[in-house]
Amino acid sequence: MAVTRYCTRTYLQDQRIFPSHSAKISLTLFVIFLALLPAFAGQYLLLVASLCGIATISVLGLNILTGYTGQLSLGHAAFMAIGGYTVALTGEHFHLPFELNLILAGVVASIAGLVVAIPSLRLKGLYLIITTMAFQFIVEYVLLHWESLTEGERGIPIHAYSLFQLNLDDRSQQFYVVLVLAIAATIFTKNLVMSRTGRAFVAVRDHDIAAEIIGVNLAKHKIMSFITSSFMAGIGGCLYAYVYQRITPEIFTFMVSIEYVAMIIVGGMGTVVGGILGACFMTLLPQFLGLIFGPLSSAYPFMSGRLGAINIMIYGMIIIFFLLFEPEGLFGIWIRIKNYWKPWPFKY
Amino acid sequence: MDAMQVKFLAMGIINGFAVGAIYALLALGFVVIFKATDIFNFAQGEIMMFGAYMAMLMSNALVGKLGIVAAFTLAFLISSFTTALLASICEMTVVRPMLGKPVLSIIMITLGLAFVLRGGVEFIWGPEELPFYKPFRDAPLLVQGVPIAEVRLYTISTSLILMGVFFLFFKYSNKGLGMRATAEDQETAFLMGINVKRIFTMSWAIAGIVGAVGGIFLGSTVGNLVPYLSHMGLRALPAVILGGMNSITGAIIGGLILGVCENLAGTYIAPHIGGGDIKEITSYVIVLVVMMIRPHGLFGTKEIERV
Repeated sequence: MAVTRYCTRTYLQDQRIFPSHSAKISLTLFVIFLALLPAFAGQYLLLVASLCGIATISVLGLNILTGYTGQLSLGHAAFMAIGGYTVALTGEHFHLPFELNLILAGVVASIAGLVVAIPSLRLKGLYLIITTMAFQFIVEYVLLHWESLTEGERGIPIHAYSLFQLNLDDRSQQFYVVLVLAIAATIFTKNLVMSRTGRAFVAVRDHDIAAEIIGVNLAKHKIMSFITSSFMAGIGGCLYAYVYQRITPEIFTFMVSIEYVAMIIVGGMGTVVGGILGACFMTLLPQFLGLIFGPLSSAYPFMSGRLGAINIMIYGMIIIFFLLFEPEGLFGIWIRIKNYWKPWPFKY
Repeated sequence: MDAMQVKFLAMGIINGFAVGAIYALLALGFVVIFKATDIFNFAQGEIMMFGAYMAMLMSNALVGKLGIVAAFTLAFLISSFTTALLASICEMTVVRPMLGKPVLSIIMITLGLAFVLRGGVEFIWGPEELPFYKPFRDAPLLVQGVPIAEVRLYTISTSLILMGVFFLFFKYSNKGLGMRATAEDQETAFLMGINVKRIFTMSWAIAGIVGAVGGIFLGSTVGNLVPYLSHMGLRALPAVILGGMNSITGAIIGGLILGVCENLAGTYIAPHIGGGDIKEITSYVIVLVVMMIRPHGLFGTKEIERV
C-alpha cells in the first residue's frame, strides 16, 4: 500500500523526519511562504487556505486510522461533528475561550472514538465500515433532531473568545491558527508513524493475526488509533466551527465522510505527504469547479439546476480514475516525477 | 389490546413486510454480487434508482399506445433489462480491474460509481420530484378488515416470486451451480471450466434485475421519484449485514426483519421521542446492536484465517 521512497541502511537514517537536506530546505521555504501568505492574499484565498489546513488536520487523523492501522471508517465526519458541536455548546453556555475549547473538542471527540472503538474491536473490513457508517447516520440524526440541544437545522452561532487576544473573526488570524495547528499535526503524525506505536499500527494493518503473534497488543493499538484519529477529527471540527462562525448538521454529512476517505485515496494511502496533498486537492476541487461552472451557469441558465449533478459525477470520476489508474495517489505521481528527474538527462 | 389495536398492529406488520421486501431485493443484489465476486457494491441503491427512472420513462412513453397494465408490464420488463445491461457494463469497465484489491479500494470504487450514476440520473432527469406512473389503485383493500394498500400486496407477492425463482435458479440450474462454485472458490471454478468472467457479469446483471424490480415497487409505493431515492440503498445495507454477507436466505430474512422493525418503530416509538422520523435510523441502531453481539451477522459464518 505505502510507497517506499528511500533506501536506508541504518536505523538512525530511517528515524529522520526529513529524508534529505534538500527536503528540509524546501519544506522550510514552503512554511515561510505560507506564513507570508496573508500579506498578499485576499480574504477568499485565505478562507480556502484555512479550509485546506483544517482538512489536512482531519485527514491526517483518518490516515492514522485507515491508512496506517487499516481500520476502515466511513464515520470520520461524525467525530468532526462531535468536536464542532462541543465547541459550539461550551462557547454558548459557558463562554469558554478558544484555546480551552480546542482541547475540549479533541477530548470529547476522542471519548466518542473510544465508545466506537470498543465494540469495533471484534469487527473487520466491511462489518467495521457498516458500523462506522451506522454511527455516522445516528450522529447526524441526533444533531438534526435533538432540537433543544443542537437547535436542529438552524445550527448554533459561534462567538469567538480568546485567552491570548486572538481576533478569530479575522481571516488572516484564523489562517495563522490553522497553519500552526496543521504543522503541529503533521509533525505529530510523522513522528507517531515512525515510533514503536506507529510501526505496531502498520503491523496491525498488514496482518492483524500475525501482528498479535509477534506481540503487538491488538486491542490496545486499535483503541489508540481510534482515539488519536478522533482527537484530530475533533480539532478539525472545532476549527471548522470557528471559521464558519456557525455550526449546522449539514457541514458534517455522510458525503463528507466519503470525501475524507477519498482524500486519502487521492493523496496516497498511508503516507503523511499524501494525506496533505489529498486534503488540498479535494478542498480546492469544488472551488475550481465553481470557477468553471459559475460563469457557465450564468451564461446558460437552464444548466444551473444540473450543476450539482455534474459536480457529483466529477467527484465520482476522480475517485474511479485514481483507483483504476493511480492507486498510489498524488504522492505516487510526485515520487515518479522526482525519480524521473533524478538521473536526468541520463536514462538510468 | 382490543381488536382495533390488533388491526393496527397487523397493518404495521404487513406494511413493514412490503418495505422489507424492497430491502430484501436490494440485499439480495448485494449478496449475489458479494458471493460471486467478493465485491461489496455500494452502488446498488443507484442501480435501483436507475431502474425506477427507466420504468417511469418507458411507462410514460407507452401508456398512450397500450393499456395501463400492458404498458406498465412492458415498462417493467424493459427497465429490468436495461438496468441489468447497465450493471453488466459497470462491472466490465470499472469493477473488474479492481478484483483482488483491498476492501477499501473496492468500496471506494463502487462509491465512485454510485456518484457517477446518481449524477448521471440527476443530469438527465433533473433534481425535481417526478410523478411515477403506476397501475395500482389508491383505495386500500380490506384483508380480514385490515386495510392494506394494493401496491404493498403486489410488492410482497412479486418479491416472493422473484426470490423463489432465484432460489430455484441457484439450486438447480447449471448457471446457478456455476455461480455457487465461483462463490466457493474462484480459481477452482475456473479450472473446472466455468467461465468465471461471465459469472461475474451475470451476478451484476442479476443484481440489476432485482434492483430494478425493487426500484419500481419503491417508486409505486412512494408515488414519485427523486434522485434522493438512492439512499434506500444505504438503508438496505444493514439488512445485508444483519443476515450475514454470504447468506442469500439471511439477506432476505434480514431485509424483512428490518422492514417490519422500521415500520413498527415509526408507529410506536416515533410519537414518544418528539420530532424526526425514527425510521431513518432504526436499521442502523439495530445493526449496531447486532454487531456487538454477533460480529458476523445473524446467519453469516466466521471466516477462518491463515497467517
